[in-house]
Amino acid sequence: MNGREFVFLLCGLVAVASAVGVVAFRSPVRSAMSLVLTFFSLAIIYFNLGAELLGVSQIMVYAGAIMVLFLFVVMILRHAGAERTPEKRDPRGWWAGLGALVIAIFLFKVFMLPLLNTPVSEAADKQGTPQAIGPVLFTTYVWPFEVASVLLLIGVVGSIMLAKRRL
Amino acid sequence: MTEWLQSASPLTLAVIRALLLVVPILILVPGLIWWERRLLSWMQDRIGPNRVPTITWKSGSKRSFFGLVQALFDGVKLFLKEDITPASVDRKIYFFAPALALFPAFVLGGTMPFAPDKGVWKYLTPVANLDIGVMFFLAVSSLGVYGVVLAGYASNNKYSLMGGLRASAQLISYELAMGVSLLAIVFSAGSLKMTQLVGAQEQPLWGVVPWLQDWNVLTPFGFVAAIVFFVCMVAESNRAPFDLPEAENELIAGYHTEYSSMKFAVFFMGEYAAMFVFSGIFSCVFFGGYNLLPFNWSAMGLGAVANLQETLAPLTFLIKMALFFTSFIWLRATLPRLRYDQLMGLGWKTLLPVAVANFILVGFWMIMQDLYGTGAAWLSWAVVAVLLVALYAGWLKARKTTTIERRTITLVDPRRARQ
Repeated sequence: MNGREFVFLLCGLVAVASAVGVVAFRSPVRSAMSLVLTFFSLAIIYFNLGAELLGVSQIMVYAGAIMVLFLFVVMILRHAGAERTPEKRDPRGWWAGLGALVIAIFLFKVFMLPLLNTPVSEAADKQGTPQAIGPVLFTTYVWPFEVASVLLLIGVVGSIMLAKRRL
Repeated sequence: MTEWLQSASPLTLAVIRALLLVVPILILVPGLIWWERRLLSWMQDRIGPNRVPTITWKSGSKRSFFGLVQALFDGVKLFLKEDITPASVDRKIYFFAPALALFPAFVLGGTMPFAPDKGVWKYLTPVANLDIGVMFFLAVSSLGVYGVVLAGYASNNKYSLMGGLRASAQLISYELAMGVSLLAIVFSAGSLKMTQLVGAQEQPLWGVVPWLQDWNVLTPFGFVAAIVFFVCMVAESNRAPFDLPEAENELIAGYHTEYSSMKFAVFFMGEYAAMFVFSGIFSCVFFGGYNLLPFNWSAMGLGAVANLQETLAPLTFLIKMALFFTSFIWLRATLPRLRYDQLMGLGWKTLLPVAVANFILVGFWMIMQDLYGTGAAWLSWAVVAVLLVALYAGWLKARKTTTIERRTITLVDPRRARQ
């Protein structure tokens, strides 16, 4: 196992574990934090694959965006976490777990086993750098790029309209 | 040395480079704290810490070394103090937050070169010469908010929470202006790589004066961007006059109210390390990096000085970092803390428009230079800049509504009023 695979395995494990944490934690703040951890480990996987621009955008965009979400969680739901109602153990949970296990084995057999012996294809060198992505983004795909910015603008205007009915 | 570094494995080199960044910062933090306290007290007409290592010789004469070891002993004190964990904190996040606050402070400098890409330094700096150097810096500095906010949340204290919320609002607001001001520099240098940003500044000044270096701060758009970046940098590191998250007269100590002993020390250390690394980034992007003075020595026929500069590059870089760190302290001693509305107004209504206008001007400048040459670029830049300033002044004048508040107080003599 070389260094790259090790980093991939480590970050993959962290990403999966924290993704489970997003739904498993009861406290909304911890869920938000595990979401951040998921995105962060995904970013490291991108770095590991040589897609630097993608990785750094992942951190910048999602860390910033999740931060806002997180703030709402802290401000609005802060007291909701305190009043937890104790849940009864549901016996159906065991059956659900069993079903999940069966499905996991099935999925592993169908999707993962054929992949086990495929050669690891490496991304072409320097394909993830800004030098490679920039020109393509601003020549071939300039229209989708600009349209995306208009879409974001609509989002901003819409959110302002929703938040402030009377400007 | 060079041969050994050449033959060393990449992993060893990476570890050496990371240590060369982190260890000096860790060692220097107590010195920085001492320097801040001494300078601050000098500016405020006090004496400051000047006693701690006082040695009494056998002859009876006493000698103290300017209180240099004070910060070290403060550290020892913090280690030995009782570590109180309040009962109602969110324990895991409470313990995790200081570590998270320390992390960005050190990772910030990951793409920062402290010496030229020559000789032995080629192997030792920067930690990672990423193609996305500046963006990496911005991404990591955007993570800096987590430590503060989580500390504020986990402490389960109203003042801490308010400190955390203030910090997040402040950091998100100023990050944008910081990014846009950097964008102008990246645009003119044509690269996101830190090493290339520094390299571009070693070119002749404005492309015409061969014996001066083209430091970004010496160009008009670079000067504007440097001011915007500096203000944002102070705001990002939560320093006075932007220290609202820990405003002691309103919030006790803000987000670290509930932290004591070593956990508080970690917050403290993270703040100073971040300031120091921010100073380094500032000097890299705007002040020619590791070049002490904006002179091209070899172009002046002083090859020996150029070689000396190259050999002593880390030292000169350290001097420049210390210089900008000193300006942080100077600001702290000079300016009172901003009000919240002033903070938001400065960030969104002043710095961001200035940075965006600057960015547009750089783009304009580059197009004009490509089409009509440098002279036309200068001329059109000046014209557009004057137009923009005039437009802004006009807008200010147009929206200004003067309302003079009138308060009349009539003093009534109670005896006469009764009559």
